[in-house]
Amino acid sequence: MTTQMLTYLFVGLSFALYIGIAVWSRAGSTKDFYVAGGGVHPVVNGMATAADWMSAASFISMAGIISFVGFDGSVYLLGWTGGYVLLALLLAPYLRKFGRFTVPDFIGERYYSKTARIVAVVCLIFVSFTYVAGQMRGVGIVFSRFLEVEVNTGVVIGMAIVFMYAVLGGMKGITYTQVAQYCVLIFAYMVPAIFISLMITGNPIPQLGFGAEVLDAKGLGSGVSVLEKLDGVLMDLGFGAYTQGSKSTIDMFAITAALMFGTAGLPHVLVRFFTVPKVSDARLSAGYALVFIAILYTTAPAVAAFARLNLVDTVQDTAYADAPAWFGNWEKTGLIAWQDKNNDGVMQYSAGAALSPTKPIFTDQKGIHGERLLKNEPSASANEVYIDRDIMVLANPEIANLPGWVIALVAAGGVAAALSTAAGLLLVISSSISHDLLKQTLMPNISDKQELLFARIAAAVAVCVAGLFGIYPPAFVAQVVAFAFGLAAASLFPAILLGIFSKRVNKEGAITGMLVGLIFTFSYIAYFKFYAPELNNSVNWLLGISPEGIGFLGMLMNIAAALVVSMMTAPPPTDVQDLVDDIRIPTGAGVAHEH
Amino acid sequence: MSEQHYHHQGENLPPPSHHDQQVITDAAAKGYWRANLRLLAQLLTVWFAVSFGFGILLADWLDQFSFFGFKLGFWFAQQGAIYVFVALIFIYARRIVVIERRFGVDDDDRDVDAANDQGAS
Repeated sequence: MTTQMLTYLFVGLSFALYIGIAVWSRAGSTKDFYVAGGGVHPVVNGMATAADWMSAASFISMAGIISFVGFDGSVYLLGWTGGYVLLALLLAPYLRKFGRFTVPDFIGERYYSKTARIVAVVCLIFVSFTYVAGQMRGVGIVFSRFLEVEVNTGVVIGMAIVFMYAVLGGMKGITYTQVAQYCVLIFAYMVPAIFISLMITGNPIPQLGFGAEVLDAKGLGSGVSVLEKLDGVLMDLGFGAYTQGSKSTIDMFAITAALMFGTAGLPHVLVRFFTVPKVSDARLSAGYALVFIAILYTTAPAVAAFARLNLVDTVQDTAYADAPAWFGNWEKTGLIAWQDKNNDGVMQYSAGAALSPTKPIFTDQKGIHGERLLKNEPSASANEVYIDRDIMVLANPEIANLPGWVIALVAAGGVAAALSTAAGLLLVISSSISHDLLKQTLMPNISDKQELLFARIAAAVAVCVAGLFGIYPPAFVAQVVAFAFGLAAASLFPAILLGIFSKRVNKEGAITGMLVGLIFTFSYIAYFKFYAPELNNSVNWLLGISPEGIGFLGMLMNIAAALVVSMMTAPPPTDVQDLVDDIRIPTGAGVAHEH
Repeated sequence: MSEQHYHHQGENLPPPSHHDQQVITDAAAKGYWRANLRLLAQLLTVWFAVSFGFGILLADWLDQFSFFGFKLGFWFAQQGAIYVFVALIFIYARRIVVIERRFGVDDDDRDVDAANDQGAS
């Protein structure tokens, strides 16, 4: 069977599996729809959380980014895992004890205010939509390369699948589909990683191969470790050493912090901990989630290093005519380009942007060696090769010459990662609309059945909006996905944390804090990304913190504002203080309930 | 109304919280919370040390040491801190349950009554 046929088969089988699970686990009540009935086993919930969490960005882009920035990429590894410690220790058990359906539920009740609830809904929708739009790009990339269908067709197929299980099954359907998706995506990530680790170092465990010696052509130890070799090769080509960062320490610190606190403030992750039966299960569940996440997150930096080494080996000083087939395949998608600046027919790869502007703009013509010709001017750099970071994981099996079924598996894994996260996000958007906006604020008299219907309608609308984002991606989407974390860190995280650990913080304080954090962070990002992008460099940054890391400062401002304003206004009423006392004690969590 | 409805749906669910509050004394609740905060402070210190400390602030200095073929600071930033994170969550999950039992505020249905009886006698 050809690789193409295998890919159709694998992706098709995985879709059939997801739909089967969706039909089997239909939601019958709002409780099923919002929190899967509140009876999910912690290991199952941990696995579903991991799939929910690991998006197209984790699966496709992260190793690629680390591959190109080396040590600086640690911010993603630390930030996107360290947040789970905060979740398990500071938030999840208490939110489970509180035991309602949504994050705005908590903020609305703890701060006894509809305004606080609405502010939380606005933060939630903003964070979730920017994030879901990013998933659609992932689906598009996978479909266009592996299934050779139009990106738009791919997005429509993906949305139809999500529609099936998110709208029908709600949280219940999503949870069990995500378990299947986790299995698909982790298998798809690990198989090529193990193969490549074996090829380069002879060690089947990528986490160990990462630090091992590189094998020479005879399959014997060369005495040089992977990272030493990579440092050497890259420095010869004019890049910085792989193990040395180029970001300032304060910026590394701020970005890591923004990603960590943002992770702990992301609504689609928080809502997961409403689904387990007990408070102790919420803690364990966060632990299992991190185990399942860590399997991928400790493999990713190893894959990144191996892929970079492989890439340099294959491309550098190779005649275009002799380039392996994958080079041409990815050139077709526009994610690789080559401009023969010195007309020798050989690809020279080195530091610096190859093209000007940096993204390739293709003409319809082919050059004398068969390469796609570009409209871009050659840049001043000697580098002739443009490589999009996103292809590192997807092209890895081809670069390493792995069999066709591995390539097909990676395609299915990429789709699983994107779909599982999209579904989780769509669910929190729909429940915040049907539950927080309609039931709790605008139409308090609707019945459980009507609320469930509205939840399904909201999910259906959200699916369509997300699909439109995928088909007509607004230019800003790709840039703002990383900022969803900064916004979550600066708005939702402090409000929840203070709501649990302080009895004194009141509604005035919390609302002021959320608004200060959100507005400050949003303005800083918007200023450097959209209003004055030419000023976006470390000289102009506040305290040397980039827009990616500014959420950390926004979070500190949120906390300071909340505390100061609360001290100057009346303390919360006694019943709210009793509520705080109650959520601190694990006893008697009961199932997630309405009032 | 719907609260009643949900509580009666599952047979083996713990009783609603207002019932329990009557039997957990204020002193037990306060003692539990203080012990919890102390444990959190210890574990979060480790959390900060391995990630922001070893992985970022001290990474350059730690890089002079070699660890299984890695520079040590680089290893903490891209591998080690993640393993410690996993361990921290399970250590917390285990130790907090011991503290809960000591103060009679745990969430295990069968033990709740026994623990409260002890506290009352």
